Amino acid sequence: MPEDIEIRLLLDAIYLRYHYDFRSYSAASIKRRLAAAKTQLNAETLSALQERVLREPQVFTRLLQFLTVGVSDMFRDPSFFRVLREKVVPELRTYPSIRIWIAGCSTGEELYSFAILLREEGLLDRTTLYATDINPEALRKAEQGLYPIDRLQAFTENHQLSGSKCSLSEYYTAAYGSAAFDRTLRKNVVFSDHSLATDSVFAEVQLVSCRNVLIYFDRSLQDRALGLMKDSLCRRGFLGLGSKESLMFSAHVGSFRDFVASERWFQRC
Amino acid sequence: MLSRDLEQQLLASEALVIGASAGAIEALNRLLPAVPEAARIPVVVVVHLPPNRPSLLPEVFASRCAALVREPEDKQPITPGSIWFAPSNYHLLLEADRSFAFSTDLPVNFSRPSIDVLFESAADVFADRLCCIVLTGANDDGARGASMIRERGGLVIVQNPDSAEAKEMPNSAIARANPQIVATLPEIADLIRLATRAAP
Repeated sequence: MPEDIEIRLLLDAIYLRYHYDFRSYSAASIKRRLAAAKTQLNAETLSALQERVLREPQVFTRLLQFLTVGVSDMFRDPSFFRVLREKVVPELRTYPSIRIWIAGCSTGEELYSFAILLREEGLLDRTTLYATDINPEALRKAEQGLYPIDRLQAFTENHQLSGSKCSLSEYYTAAYGSAAFDRTLRKNVVFSDHSLATDSVFAEVQLVSCRNVLIYFDRSLQDRALGLMKDSLCRRGFLGLGSKESLMFSAHVGSFRDFVASERWFQRC
Repeated sequence: MLSRDLEQQLLASEALVIGASAGAIEALNRLLPAVPEAARIPVVVVVHLPPNRPSLLPEVFASRCAALVREPEDKQPITPGSIWFAPSNYHLLLEADRSFAFSTDLPVNFSRPSIDVLFESAADVFADRLCCIVLTGANDDGARGASMIRERGGLVIVQNPDSAEAKEMPNSAIARANPQIVATLPEIADLIRLATRAAP
């Protein structure tokens, strides 16, 4: 198929020109995302899009939004957060200071879910959260902490199901159709540009959450990313993955043991 | 009712993909028990589900089917002998190396999982060695994917709209994909039995 060749060439071009490496992303998803980008950016073919991407950085910036942004809900899979609250937090409490890495934080929904839960459990003040992503636009949004008000109902339901005794509305103020989350939630957050495909370990942490990011990677890139998480985690540190992600097909399966496997919580051996 | 050509194509298929929405449980109840324990090819099913709770479909169908019924994990090989259900709140895709992939990209046709997403990725992988079935449903998800499967030379089967609990999905698929076969559920069950039975 000519389209498959065009995809390879475009991803090579992006890597050579901008050093963003999508070459080991899951091909099926990349194909859909590029098809959407092609239509939205009014390109006749992917080759035509490639020509513009090479010469116009602003076109690449727009393409990057198609290639990377995953929309998530706050407290997505409430049972995952229930295990965080009931099983993982008691272990985190034993550390005088806590460091947590939200890898691939996108527009911040997962980050604020963690920050809110940690505040409710009285740990936020002694926690540093590293929120990383490759998309500067997404990081900027995460740093703003503004979400369309129509998404808050789903967030609120999830938050309740995660075992909270408070209302989510305590953490935001609504204005002009948006919910602005309490800025003190991100007081101890370090927002940073970091690529699981090309960068290396930057801190030792007791918990890594990386949910629904690995599904976009092929197996070799998954192994690279999981290797970074493994090397970042202290002994007995925790790894949380998305509900369809597992270590089963990974080279690093031996470095972790199940903590609550049904909710995709693993622990570094 | 089945021409020799279509029968040959059914027997040459290497995967069967099925999409259903409103009325899905009842329709699949008539169809999936036709898949034998040692099915020759994998069967992959997308049913539209509410996003905020786990799918109960594997539990519902496990006791009624001879074949193993389950949800795939990311990167799991698409092996025959199983009926694979898409989980809630993810799109399910197939990769060229014949493994499963997932995405949390925006809903397509207001649905995640979307039938079109599965069908289009399956068409890329299996081309003319693919059979798809569009069943009852109240929107037009599946029509675009079925038409792509048809273009790539695959076999498209659509439930007879008059026999469907919700006609819109079969009607859209018929209008858009020009299916080789339009049939009732008992007839489709026979086709599934033929496509999936182990080689003698």
